[in-house]
Amino acid sequence: MNTGRERDPEPVVADRRAAEIAGRERHPESGRRAAEVAGQVRDPEMPMLTLADLGVLRGVEVVREAGGAEVVVASITPTYSGCPAMATMRDDLVHRLNDAGFPRVEVRVVLDPPWSSDWISERGRAALRAAGLSAPGPAPRRTGPVPLTLGPARTAPPCPRCGSPATELSSEFGATACKALYRCAGCLEPFEHVKEI
Amino acid sequence: MSDDHGSIFDGLLGGDSSQWAFGTDFEDPLAGVDTTTPDGVDPAELAAYCLMLGDDALIMSQRLSEWCSRAPDLEEDIALANVALDLLGQARLLLARAAAADPGVVPALPAGSPVPPEDALAFFREDRDFRNVRLAEVANGDFGHVVVRLLLFSVARLALLERLRTSRDHVLAAVAAKGVKEVAYHRDWAGRWFLTLARGTEESRRRLLAALDALFPLWAELVTAHPVERSLASAGVGVDPAFLREEVDAVLDQVLAASGVERPARPPLAGAGERTGRDGAHTEALSLLLAEMQVVARAHPSGRW
Repeated sequence: MNTGRERDPEPVVADRRAAEIAGRERHPESGRRAAEVAGQVRDPEMPMLTLADLGVLRGVEVVREAGGAEVVVASITPTYSGCPAMATMRDDLVHRLNDAGFPRVEVRVVLDPPWSSDWISERGRAALRAAGLSAPGPAPRRTGPVPLTLGPARTAPPCPRCGSPATELSSEFGATACKALYRCAGCLEPFEHVKEI
Repeated sequence: MSDDHGSIFDGLLGGDSSQWAFGTDFEDPLAGVDTTTPDGVDPAELAAYCLMLGDDALIMSQRLSEWCSRAPDLEEDIALANVALDLLGQARLLLARAAAADPGVVPALPAGSPVPPEDALAFFREDRDFRNVRLAEVANGDFGHVVVRLLLFSVARLALLERLRTSRDHVLAAVAAKGVKEVAYHRDWAGRWFLTLARGTEESRRRLLAALDALFPLWAELVTAHPVERSLASAGVGVDPAFLREEVDAVLDQVLAASGVERPARPPLAGAGERTGRDGAHTEALSLLLAEMQVVARAHPSGRW
């Protein structure tokens, strides 16, 4: 269904940037354990998803500093530039890792490549549907300029509750930056759709 | 989710003291991002360029935020707030990038101040130090006004960000790649409402045309090259908006044609002795906007939670 996927965020892979930090040595074994702990932290705004399933957790690894101290370096990327949940995500990662026996945690921001809804894992998509949300289709891939869309050109997603294809867009902006609002003409319920970006 | 957010006060107790009252987010939004100035680029020019793009986003965001709870219906209220948030996010990264390129642009604050550089730039600069176009700053009008302003703004910004994705500056390229996805939605929203109001009632069309007439003279500034833009464009870091003119005109004409609206025959608003918003020559509206936006921060320059 989702053939245009660039990169699957599972399993959490080591972030190359962390290894570039001078004077630090990577520690793969602790890294795996830290990645497992970080991989269970949930998104504060869509708690049915882990940060890993949402594709915002880009890497976790443990490095040993010159003095011998182990530091977890976790990398996250915002879904949207103004995503207000970044600080909460950072705090949650730090607290969970602290509780799991990693007293030193650094959370870094990765801006490039930009987050894509294609990075939401299959498990994440299933979790969205189970919570009554509509999962995104493949993100648009363009080579030329972004075309202007004056009509409702994007195909409306089917209703996640009753499956009816008769749905209509209420607004391309919803309660969080990553969601649009639709309503279903079949069951008459409104629903949220995670936007394709 | 259960134990993560047991109490909303958890993060405030004993937390790190670098959180100041107006920025509870990352201390450094560019933590872990390579902010080396590309070879052959004057850091002061790069900072000035980032302020131009960042201030455009910041001031637009502030004007859009003023719409909160005032839009015609809930969906549009949410849409405007979302657009404002996207632009605020872009502004934050761009102002942080400006500060990283040339710390000299950041206003001096008392020693030990917890205010991060991008907040210092937003809250402690004087009006004459802002580099945004005047289109972003003029006072809000009716709903037709916000539709026209956002259309004129995002038609140009989207074309610019699309080019900026290949900037030699890693931060600008990354901000642009992300921003393209966001501003594409802003432009579509504004374009659709432009069409709807133009083809709606006599009254909606009259108001839309009045807004277009008032705002169109301010648009030229956004698509005219400033020496800093030209210089950074030739260094492969920035974008010369004059090169975007054809493409931007084509998109705007597409919206106007679909709406049955003629392009206003109004000359660009003159600068003050050749100086425009990009040079810090603004309208009175910016001073009033900043007075409201900055008053709390300036009253508590060392405010902590």
